[in-house]
Amino acid sequence: MAYSDKVLDHYQNPRNVGSLDKDDPNVGTGVVGAPECGDVMKLQIKVGDDGKIVDAKFKTYGCGSAIASSSLATEWLKGASVDSAAQIKNTQIVEELSLPPVKIHCSVLAEDAIKAAIEDWRRKQSAREDGAGAGA
Amino acid sequence: MKTPVYLDYSATTPCDPRVVQRMLPFFSETFGNAASRSHAFGWTAEAAVDEARDQVAQLLGAHPKEILWTSGSTEANNLAIKGVAEMYRPKGNHLITAATEHKAVLDPMKHLEAQGFEVTWLRVDGRGHVDLAELAAAITDRTILVSLMAANNEIGTLHPLAEIGALCKQKGTLFHTDATQAAGKIPLDVEAQHIDLLSLSAHKMYGPKGVGCLYVRRKNPRVRLVAQMDGGGHERGMRSGTLNVTGIVGMGEAARICRTEMATEVPKLRALRDRLEQRILAQLPDAVRNGDPDARLPHLANLSFPYVEGESLIMGVKELAVSSGSACTSASLEPSYVLKSLGLGDELAHSSIRFSLGRFTTEAEVDFAVDRVVQEVKRLREMSPLWEMVQEGVDLSKVKWTVH
Ligand SMILES: Cc1ncc(COP(=O)(O)O)c(C=O)c1O
Repeated sequence: MAYSDKVLDHYQNPRNVGSLDKDDPNVGTGVVGAPECGDVMKLQIKVGDDGKIVDAKFKTYGCGSAIASSSLATEWLKGASVDSAAQIKNTQIVEELSLPPVKIHCSVLAEDAIKAAIEDWRRKQSAREDGAGAGA
Repeated sequence: MKTPVYLDYSATTPCDPRVVQRMLPFFSETFGNAASRSHAFGWTAEAAVDEARDQVAQLLGAHPKEILWTSGSTEANNLAIKGVAEMYRPKGNHLITAATEHKAVLDPMKHLEAQGFEVTWLRVDGRGHVDLAELAAAITDRTILVSLMAANNEIGTLHPLAEIGALCKQKGTLFHTDATQAAGKIPLDVEAQHIDLLSLSAHKMYGPKGVGCLYVRRKNPRVRLVAQMDGGGHERGMRSGTLNVTGIVGMGEAARICRTEMATEVPKLRALRDRLEQRILAQLPDAVRNGDPDARLPHLANLSFPYVEGESLIMGVKELAVSSGSACTSASLEPSYVLKSLGLGDELAHSSIRFSLGRFTTEAEVDFAVDRVVQEVKRLREMSPLWEMVQEGVDLSKVKWTVH
């Protein structure tokens, strides 16, 4: 299969590989996919007090396009507000990486991972507010 | 050393230079039609075809008259399976094969099934072997053919041909074997192994693409076939079509080299393959070897690398020409049906690579391949959430995944 230059670049020089402390209340973690389907993505965001994403990291088990999709996602997430991050669509990833039709599911997985990470962070935030409320 | 390094000899082999030399005059000097009986051009071509037939027969311990030329193993398998099924239908409508056969056996069997034949698909164990007791139990007086390959193209597991052949003989059913991957790698002897039909392909044994043959037993018993290609009645009416003289000459020379050099070539291949496998396993202890560690082809290694995905690994080792699963399936995202038949989880099936070495593989190439694979697996593991979870002590089988 022929890969686009952008996929190759992300595959060879993935941005933001790594992990953030998943127990940090300011960190949201999303893990999507399944090993038997051939891809699992873990995407993490760290959100500052101003609602801006200050850091993003990923780890991906999957084909080159899956790695590139998650690597690209972390690039887009860094510096974005949580609200604008939630608007990222898989079609934007498809376009940026010129993914062929058989690889569209990789971009869908990346969008799902972003949503799951944001959801996890929101859950932690509301738990903290509830916790703060109960303490007062 | 030139890159990419070719380690996909099970997909196809380059022509041996000696084969090319033998073939060259047959393109435009001795170009006659082997079926032309009225002039020297035809006689020369026919003599060359006969010599090649003799070489291939010698490789198999067969009589030259038992060799039918085809366009390759796909055609030979189709002719054997469909040709026997049609001819022996009055005797019975039952055929037996295994789940790990090549598509060129599975699909003709499915074709027959759709036409009302009954096919038993034998299961295999974790190493790719059929249970001989199960095979014996499956054979009835309605069984007309058992088709089991000599060597598997993905994992290299060798079926015990002599035992299977003896069983079929005793039970009175015909035995066909697809020996495409076995030629020149293991001794083949249609008498000692009681083989009634056998398929070969030149391009897997350092001959040209597009030529192969089917061995068809002539006595004890005399096997008859219904032709699948009708026309001028070539090959005693069993396979019409002007013979590919140039290709056949190449296959004959390829067979001669395989027969005369197998004894020296095989130990060399095995040593290189073992070097590759041992060096990878020493550095990546949780890599998994697929197939049978003992009864297997000498030049092939199929390894799974847990926690990294196969396609990304192959992309990472782009200086190596290797395959994930079989070449025919590498365009799809489905994990190999052969590996799944062994009971491998999709996850391990997704992460497998087949390395197949050959006549022109060097030690330097093997060492280069080991370094590249180890390096890339380590890099991809660092990127793998599964590897991270395992390091943290998570049992991956207990995780609730979000399946798409
Ligand atoms: C076991 C086996 N059978 C059949 C074939 C098909 O052979 P051919 O390419 O000559 O049609 C192959 C090659 O892919 C093979 O490995």
